[in-house]
Amino acid sequence: MSVVLVGISHHQAPVELRERAALDPERAGELARTLAGERGEAVCLSTCNRTELYLAEESADEAERKAEAALLALEEELGPSLYRLRDEAAALHLFRVAAGLDSMVPGEGEILGQVRGAHDLGATGPILDRLFRDALHAGKKARTETAIGESPASVSSAAAALAEQVFGDLNGRPVLVIGAGEAGELAIKSLRARGAVIAFVANRTRDRAEELTRAYGGDALSLEDVARSLEYVDVVLSSTASPDWTLTRGDVQGTLQARRGRPLFLIDLAVPRDLDPTINELEGCYLYDIDDLQAVVAETLAGRRREAERAETIVAGEAERFREWQASLDVVPAIASLRAHAEEIREAELDRAKLSGAERRAAESVTAAVLNKLLHLPTIRMKQAAAAADGVIYADAVRHLFGLEDER
Amino acid sequence: LAEFLFWPALLAYGEAAFAYYGEARHPGRSGGAATWGVRIGWLVQTALLGVQAARADGFPWSTWAGSLNLFVWFVVGAYLIWGCRPRYRLLGLAVLPLAVVLFALARAGGGTDTTAQGQYSNLFLVLHVGLVLAAFAGFTLAAGLSVLYLWQERRLKRHERTILSVRAPALEKLDHVAARTIAFALPALTLGIAVGIVRLEDRGGGYDALMAVTALTWAVYAGYLALRHFAGWRGRRAAYLVLAGFALVVIVRLALPVTHFA
Repeated sequence: MSVVLVGISHHQAPVELRERAALDPERAGELARTLAGERGEAVCLSTCNRTELYLAEESADEAERKAEAALLALEEELGPSLYRLRDEAAALHLFRVAAGLDSMVPGEGEILGQVRGAHDLGATGPILDRLFRDALHAGKKARTETAIGESPASVSSAAAALAEQVFGDLNGRPVLVIGAGEAGELAIKSLRARGAVIAFVANRTRDRAEELTRAYGGDALSLEDVARSLEYVDVVLSSTASPDWTLTRGDVQGTLQARRGRPLFLIDLAVPRDLDPTINELEGCYLYDIDDLQAVVAETLAGRRREAERAETIVAGEAERFREWQASLDVVPAIASLRAHAEEIREAELDRAKLSGAERRAAESVTAAVLNKLLHLPTIRMKQAAAAADGVIYADAVRHLFGLEDER
Repeated sequence: LAEFLFWPALLAYGEAAFAYYGEARHPGRSGGAATWGVRIGWLVQTALLGVQAARADGFPWSTWAGSLNLFVWFVVGAYLIWGCRPRYRLLGLAVLPLAVVLFALARAGGGTDTTAQGQYSNLFLVLHVGLVLAAFAGFTLAAGLSVLYLWQERRLKRHERTILSVRAPALEKLDHVAARTIAFALPALTLGIAVGIVRLEDRGGGYDALMAVTALTWAVYAGYLALRHFAGWRGRRAAYLVLAGFALVVIVRLALPVTHFA
């Protein structure tokens, strides 16, 4: 069985492309099940930074073709941005992803939960189940054994820090919140921690908006009233799941005169984006989308990068262990056949000896111990040989020497 | 003694200018050395001005070069009010090289020696030259703040990745401090001009190009404050207007002085 990965990420694909290939967890799980079919394995990992398909099949070429076709069906322009990895390289990539080493913010914590979610919703079998469990283990280990996740660097805190670059002290600054995704709530907390005040909360459903005003203060608004509230706020934070702009250039331009030159800082955490990017061209308006924020955060994380070098070593070690396990799968049938063959001979010889009950029990114990001791070293050596890439040769030799060919 | 004081002051300003350059390239490394360079240089220049005042017959900075010496002292002094703060250190990159060049020019023109002979009454010169130069120093500082504003604003607009690594003062703070500096400098210029006009009316004499450009400078900065207050001009437009005013200050200080001092 080969492991195949085909995907796009923030490294090659801008947000305009990624947002077209982004899948919610339900659709990602559905796609994984479709790709896996009856006998294969598949997992779809879709976050704001990446959409990746992991497949485990006998034919790597066929798996790669299926995964490519599935991604191109989401967005045909993805072609040049796709990357394809197999076996060891695919495993190392996933381990790095789980450890946050492939994220824009090294060591960011959200990805571990996203990998776990993709694993839970995927169509996994022995290969991908082991791969994802090992990846989660590697991700946790990298975080506990290094300080990669300790420094307070995140998109939400970067958004608040950038607002301070515009206004200085955020104490008392009124904030308009549009929508309330998980990332949005983190940003609200970061802004409030710096003294900003939630003035308005707008949401598609009024109930949800009122729920948030109870938690964070401010007045609930409908999405239609958002533009009218711009005159009274300094920071706009948007994170809806809307496919359309929640604020257009015209909406903002219409309030500039009333704002009398006061700057407006806009944070767009949504994918697809909520705020018309041309708003950034307006005087006194500073719009940062998820890509911009992540780029800024990535730059500030020199300390995390130093830790990332240590985390890379840990992840590489874990990936090597997975590779050894995967390689050992080549010799497992031969080992199982050898043991079954030996056990069969042992049982047959014991039957022929016609021993009493007590004698039989004693003989079984002794012969089982002899058998285990005899087969222990060959088993270990075959697994080691498998890890060193010539396991198949050893397995064939064992089958030939012990006459196991028919049992393949 | 004046000679003895000039060179350490110039050296300290020069060291500060280099240290600010180093600070801009590698934040956190040489900012402290830069600030101490400015402080020491300014204190030594203060001593130089004191020696000049003690030894001169009359107001020692009435010449073009002498007034340049005093102007540098005002500019660096005004800068020190904010420049010691880490976030404003980038402003030093604009102010200190300018101070070094102007200070050297002042010396080349004889503005740092102790042989100056005053042609006018001390009180008139102290009020007229002192107030006008203090105002121009304020405008220079405001221009530096505006340059810093435009640079920082451009970085924010372009979403530069280093925006949180190389920290500058907040945009609103820069805008506010520039406006406040001009709000202090403009009354000083108004008084300085008024003193000059009173003397002109009293003693007679003609108007010259420098006076005309100075009046225009006053109008630009007055317009800046009026537009800011009544039309809500802030940010980039306001910063450009401050720089337009500063261009006139440069013309007054460097291009036209001979006619006026003659």
